[in-house]
Amino acid sequence: MVHVDAPARALVVQVPDWPVLAAGHDRSEPVVVVHANRVVAASTAARAMGVTLGLRRREAQRRCPDAVLVAADPARDARAFEPVVAALEAVTPRVEVTRPGAAAFTTRGPSRYHGGDEALGARVVEVLSAALARPGPVRVGVADGAFAASCAARPGGPPGPGEDPTSRAGDDDPVRVVTAGDAPAFLAPWPVQVAARHLGTPDAEGAADVLGRLGLRTLGALAQLPTPDVLARFGTDGVLLHRLARGLDPRPLATRRPAPELAVGAELDPPVERVNALAFRAVALADELHAHLGRDGRTCLRLAIEVETEHGELRRRSWRHEGGLTAAAVAERARWQLDGWLNGPAADRPTAGITRLLLDPEEVVAAQGRQRGFWGGETRIDEGAGRALARVAALLGTEAVTVPELRGGRGPSDRIGAMPAAAVDLGGERVVARPDAEGPWPGRLPAPSPALVFAQPAVVDLRDADDRPVGVGGRGLITAAPAHLGRHPVVGWAGPWPTEEHWWDPDRARRRARVQVVLADGTAHLLALEGGAWHLEGTYD
Amino acid sequence: MFDTEVMTAVPAPALGARPQVPLELLGQQARPVTLSAERSLPVLDALAPLLPEGGLPRGVSVGVDGPGATSLALGLVAAASAAGSWTVVVGAPDLGLVAAAEAGLALARTVVVAPPPPDRWSTVVAALAESVEILLVSPVTRVRPTDLRRLATHLRTRGGVLVRLPGPGSWPEAPDIFLRTSHPGWRGAVPPDRLDGAGRLRARRLVVEATGRRRAARPRRLELWLPDAEGRPAPVVAADPTAPVAPPAPAAGWAHAV
Repeated sequence: MVHVDAPARALVVQVPDWPVLAAGHDRSEPVVVVHANRVVAASTAARAMGVTLGLRRREAQRRCPDAVLVAADPARDARAFEPVVAALEAVTPRVEVTRPGAAAFTTRGPSRYHGGDEALGARVVEVLSAALARPGPVRVGVADGAFAASCAARPGGPPGPGEDPTSRAGDDDPVRVVTAGDAPAFLAPWPVQVAARHLGTPDAEGAADVLGRLGLRTLGALAQLPTPDVLARFGTDGVLLHRLARGLDPRPLATRRPAPELAVGAELDPPVERVNALAFRAVALADELHAHLGRDGRTCLRLAIEVETEHGELRRRSWRHEGGLTAAAVAERARWQLDGWLNGPAADRPTAGITRLLLDPEEVVAAQGRQRGFWGGETRIDEGAGRALARVAALLGTEAVTVPELRGGRGPSDRIGAMPAAAVDLGGERVVARPDAEGPWPGRLPAPSPALVFAQPAVVDLRDADDRPVGVGGRGLITAAPAHLGRHPVVGWAGPWPTEEHWWDPDRARRRARVQVVLADGTAHLLALEGGAWHLEGTYD
Repeated sequence: MFDTEVMTAVPAPALGARPQVPLELLGQQARPVTLSAERSLPVLDALAPLLPEGGLPRGVSVGVDGPGATSLALGLVAAASAAGSWTVVVGAPDLGLVAAAEAGLALARTVVVAPPPPDRWSTVVAALAESVEILLVSPVTRVRPTDLRRLATHLRTRGGVLVRLPGPGSWPEAPDIFLRTSHPGWRGAVPPDRLDGAGRLRARRLVVEATGRRRAARPRRLELWLPDAEGRPAPVVAADPTAPVAPPAPAAGWAHAV
């Protein structure tokens, strides 16, 4: 008889050192990915020189002086992972992304179709190796429950005390299958910290720490304790760890799918084509969803984000976080997902704007203990500042509080984007420059940039000495030097900078020419000629 | 017995042989410990001569006016932002953030708040003044004296700095430090009788005059490049021709705008 509480058999696939690969480096190059001065990922070559995770940046540089330092960027990791997950969907449609670089799915159907867990694992390795832009090892683990499977996907056996679990070479078979019912025995030698890390909450790490100090270092030792005693002594976090140690899912399986009315969606009219605009909507929706769930004292462990384009193209992706997904985390994942789709392989890109956004909680459990706040748990932004910003966002609306982002573009207004602050983890070392921000952008004005940039440029009248309107010819040459801006005499000018953008797309094509003028009172302005009219784009205040 | 042994091991200082410490130094040592860096936020070296003790005193409001006032405001908070302070811009939708980044502002720690409706303005700004170190504020209407007093209290307790950006609104009271720019002269443009528009605006030289209250009461005057060719404030170095910020020779490239 099948135990009701038994976890579903799961397959976990991991691409080791994903942040290194996502940053466009090979694992054979010495590459160190750092966040807040700590190493969060390192290539094989860097690890061979003694770089371990959690090391200070300076120490890592000392051990491996040739290392290329890359700033951690979860958005980049997620963007690069999106095509990989899309490839995985050829094997099974129900893929969950645990984090960029790792995905999981239940094996019941696919395993039967492919003829067993081993065959399924081999197929996954084959598919992923083909989908990776750079060659890298892929590890697959199959076991009862996602936790045991993720342990099986790690190279080698359980790490010894103090050993970095990712530091092994792991040239053994990329697929490891733990037979049904063997999960507790398989997990017994693993340290409790591995389970805490799987839960991903600071509270769980704390509980694992306490257990370790009491001498309960391995999951096997923890599993032997009776459940009621663990609950009485260590609380909910202890029970979650205990359940993992016994080879169970941390929370009893939700026997039925959450009622569909929990899903929140929005029809977008006009269709949304920009990631940021979608993130704005996602924040609002995520807040709504959290209010719903919070009222019932529930939290969402797995959430599907579904976007549909005007042409009916559908992209649905499930995201999982054992600690529960906050509103900001949901919005961030929606942004990653769309970013990955828009910047993915050309053949898979959406051909029209997004018309529908749906947040569908797939796995909902009773909220246990403390929920992480609106601004995330491990933020290092001053807590008071975070609260003040959240309060202002509540007063003025989410759209009113934004954080800037540098992008590629030629005009000063094109080069700045605004992200809703609620959709961004302000605590981390935020990456403000998009990959295309540096260019080359021929026709871009060099520094200094105008200190005032007008969202709605006013139409102005620019004339030459003979009172004729100044124009810019087809070859990018100015017809006459400007002498009057309205009634102000022009004492100096520079330019023109002609630009022709999106000429291949009749709807977005823009031809502009910019000039700088200095007026008699010493003020300087940036003017743009478009469609026969000059506009005041900015002022060098 | 034991006590006397210790006493003999450490000879007691003779009363008359007290070290000669200057009274001033003694006063400094006896003062409660507040480092100068704790009382002021860092500013760029180029702007330091404008401010009392070369830094931006915490808890003050700063007003800027004149041509180049926005660039001056950005330059003023750039060093503090780079050093880790959070900056919130309220009600200045036209602020050029590319220019802000060029001036040295850390965009990763910058938040932009859209202009609040007049009835919520004071709530929003007070909430931010309570917890953010740098505020760049441009009011939409006239600020009420009660709101201003509340704001000043928050600034003093938190130790933040509020910079009043020029805008449509007005303030009932002068700021603690007031910086006025004048005599702007752009380098890089060509006069309108020439058609070879090969130049570009490279740098602006202007004069900043600082007045204020209390510690900032002494008027100060400074000539500087704002912005220089990289978009930052830079000191005018007359004697040093190799200065990295020096714009090209002012032959044909002068805009006769002074």
